[in-house]
Amino acid sequence: MPTTTDDALLEFTGLSKSFGGAQALRAVDLRVDRGQVHGLLGQNGSGKSTLLKVLAGFHDPDEGSLRVRGEDVALPLAPGAFRALGLAFVHQDLAIVPALSVTENLIVSRLAGRGRRQIRWGAENKRAAAVLDRYGLTGIEPDAPVSQLSQMQRALLAIVRAIEELRDDEHAAPLLVLDEPTAFLPRTGIESLFALVRGIVSEGGSVLFVTHDLDEVREVCDVVTVLRDGERVGTLDVGGATTEQLVELIIGHRLERQEPTSAARGTGAVLMRARGVSASVIADIDLEMRAGEVLGVTGLVGSGFDELAHVLFGSRPGTGEIEVEGRTYDVAKLQPRHLIPRGVSFVPADRATDATVQRMSITDNVTITTLDAYRSGVKLSRRRMEDKARELGEEFGVSPNRPELDMAALSGGNQQKAVLAKWLQVDPLVLLLDQPTQGVDVGAREQIFTAIRAAAERGAAVLCASADYDELASVCDRVLILARGQVVLEVAGPGLSKDDLAEKVLTSTTTTGVLRGGTPDAVITSTT
Amino acid sequence: MSTVPTSAAPVEDPPARKRGRVRPAKVLERFGLVLAFVMLIAVFGALRPDTFMTTANFSTILGSQAVLVVLTLGLTLTLTTGDYDLSIGGTLSLSAMLVAVLNAKHGWPIGTAVLVAVAAGAAVGSINGLFVLVFGVDSFIVTLGTGTVLQGVVLWISDSSTISGVSDTLVNAVVGSSLLGVPIAFYYGLLLCATLWYLLEYTTLGRRMLFVGRGRRVSRLSGIDVRRVRWGALVATGVISAFAGVLYAGTTGGADSTSGASFLLPAYAAAFLGATAIVPGRFNPWGTIIAVYFLVTGITGLTILGVQSYVQQLFYGGALVLAVALSQYPRRKELRDQESA
Repeated sequence: MPTTTDDALLEFTGLSKSFGGAQALRAVDLRVDRGQVHGLLGQNGSGKSTLLKVLAGFHDPDEGSLRVRGEDVALPLAPGAFRALGLAFVHQDLAIVPALSVTENLIVSRLAGRGRRQIRWGAENKRAAAVLDRYGLTGIEPDAPVSQLSQMQRALLAIVRAIEELRDDEHAAPLLVLDEPTAFLPRTGIESLFALVRGIVSEGGSVLFVTHDLDEVREVCDVVTVLRDGERVGTLDVGGATTEQLVELIIGHRLERQEPTSAARGTGAVLMRARGVSASVIADIDLEMRAGEVLGVTGLVGSGFDELAHVLFGSRPGTGEIEVEGRTYDVAKLQPRHLIPRGVSFVPADRATDATVQRMSITDNVTITTLDAYRSGVKLSRRRMEDKARELGEEFGVSPNRPELDMAALSGGNQQKAVLAKWLQVDPLVLLLDQPTQGVDVGAREQIFTAIRAAAERGAAVLCASADYDELASVCDRVLILARGQVVLEVAGPGLSKDDLAEKVLTSTTTTGVLRGGTPDAVITSTT
Repeated sequence: MSTVPTSAAPVEDPPARKRGRVRPAKVLERFGLVLAFVMLIAVFGALRPDTFMTTANFSTILGSQAVLVVLTLGLTLTLTTGDYDLSIGGTLSLSAMLVAVLNAKHGWPIGTAVLVAVAAGAAVGSINGLFVLVFGVDSFIVTLGTGTVLQGVVLWISDSSTISGVSDTLVNAVVGSSLLGVPIAFYYGLLLCATLWYLLEYTTLGRRMLFVGRGRRVSRLSGIDVRRVRWGALVATGVISAFAGVLYAGTTGGADSTSGASFLLPAYAAAFLGATAIVPGRFNPWGTIIAVYFLVTGITGLTILGVQSYVQQLFYGGALVLAVALSQYPRRKELRDQESA
């Protein structure tokens, strides 16, 4: 256990928290010193967000104590109490209002407060200009609307605002918590963010930097704490740690190095081909999907892996070309209704808004794409629709198998089975899946894997976008790893294990450099 | 009287059968409006047995409100696909006025005048669709604007005056005969109601309309041409509103330049109140027709009791707010259920 010294700005000791039976945090110690950029690393579900939520006052910890600037602070914190302690959070969404000016965004919390009758815009703009200048944010006009700023400038603005709010409260040594601030930022100009972070630290502040990106950890963090399965598995100086050591700490055991294997590509015909497909994150993606093959697509948050299936199905705007069984489509004009009659199915991740209408019956939900089959003349046979829905429910294990119920009556896992039934009832030629087992219980998960494999065995070309490495390792023949919108690695064959994928994804942001340096990793065949 | 709609109520696919067995609360939810209707009749009947409880009175109530029934049923199509149409009143006025001007003033054959009026309704719906779906303007705003434009057009083509003298052929077809003691106009509404019920329950188009209204993204991802369905609903609402205008011209034998506007709020009140009955949470034809007659009976009863005419506004306005509040109830309950699950 680290001893408390005057240097410690924030110190958690023995922090534990469980939800139901699941232990989210197990006696975790975390100490952030003054003038330190402290990285917090860990996979999804490692306990990072639970820890942050304890700090933000959302969760009431079961055990543990907190000291801030050497003084004991009673847990649980009241929601929002962190600010009085000199803490500020900047989340991914930034909480910046695009329609308002830079100055308005900077002083928004003061505007929300009471007691001010009049705003002197001239003085406020001058003050804002001085603040921006002090942090080296040149090229941002205080009276410009934020909508004119780049994503990066907005992120910088959000950070400056957080720090300035603490300074207004006269905290000399503020602690800024950056919760994956870079996930959705373009790479260009990221140095200015790092420079800002270092500037804050040099003025006596500290930063807790939560990220997935090892590259960034190496660039900006002094010390890093790694969480795994709710436990702190290490705290180390970044300078003395190799990327491999970090990956090993995150994943949990030494990785078996395997010999590169030739990619076990599906030998079937190419059923769908993408050429130069781009969208908001993904850029210039080429890929081929073959009959009988399950192709995985993964990457870190912000890599664009979760965008690809949407764009290929015409559900989100993009550019480029796709080809389905020899017919070419312009992605810019693509609509789902163009592809569905060609045998392309898409199971979206967002069940509530994309995949189901909660307040219509299961029968209606699973038959909406095949309505014409139940029509004789103009009249729909509701009985035949219901019979079919019951039969599908049986086949896919929907429980309770009562197709007359509203979709909302089913649990998440059973809703997902019904959604799969909807899309697999006619053997699809191409099956696109976006995180097909998200929020699904273990039993349903296995059934869904079986259904996906079965579809591939019947000759479908399957694409599965997922950040769940276990899922990818279970169903995929080949996995593409995306980083910053591009395919950086292709993993295939027997090397496809959960931990191997996790390692490859964690290092994916540095991989481009590795490949350029001419030392390709094992089990990797580089693409494009 | 309330037995007509209930006996024909859709018995398939009621969300009310949620847990398989009949639950009193659910039945009450579905038939609450019918019950309230029966109670309303009982109260007025007890208070004014010799004026309210007469065949003539019921015959008048049923016959005189065909225009509102048709207009409201047309409105529910657009509401079903998730849009608003506030131009229905203007369309009604325009259609009635076209019939009156073309037939009575310019001597066109009544059949041609009616066709032109209905085509005008289709044109209004198409223009609404153009702004909503091509230019992406909110339907509420678009139809608020077009509705006002139409009122202007009506004043213009009528020279701001009331025009009468519409062909007896039309008047006879609407109010000239009766069946079982009820004017024939009532049966037009009933026929339209049955047709829409069939459309929504038993056709692929109807299923797609319900899907589009309840989940646009899901619909698009399921291959439905969402834009075409929404546009089609706006056009259908325009056509049916125009048909309501034709009935209005037939009922009154002419047209005036302002009456359409006075139908707008009652139609919304009835549509939302109707969405709390029979198939709660869904705009549905049988619920709609019951709601129209519930509101009209209430107003007629109060008038017979000698209440001032301003009560009409109080009744319709209050019913609209109350109905919307009630229709939020199943949704809120569902959200609560989900949260507690």
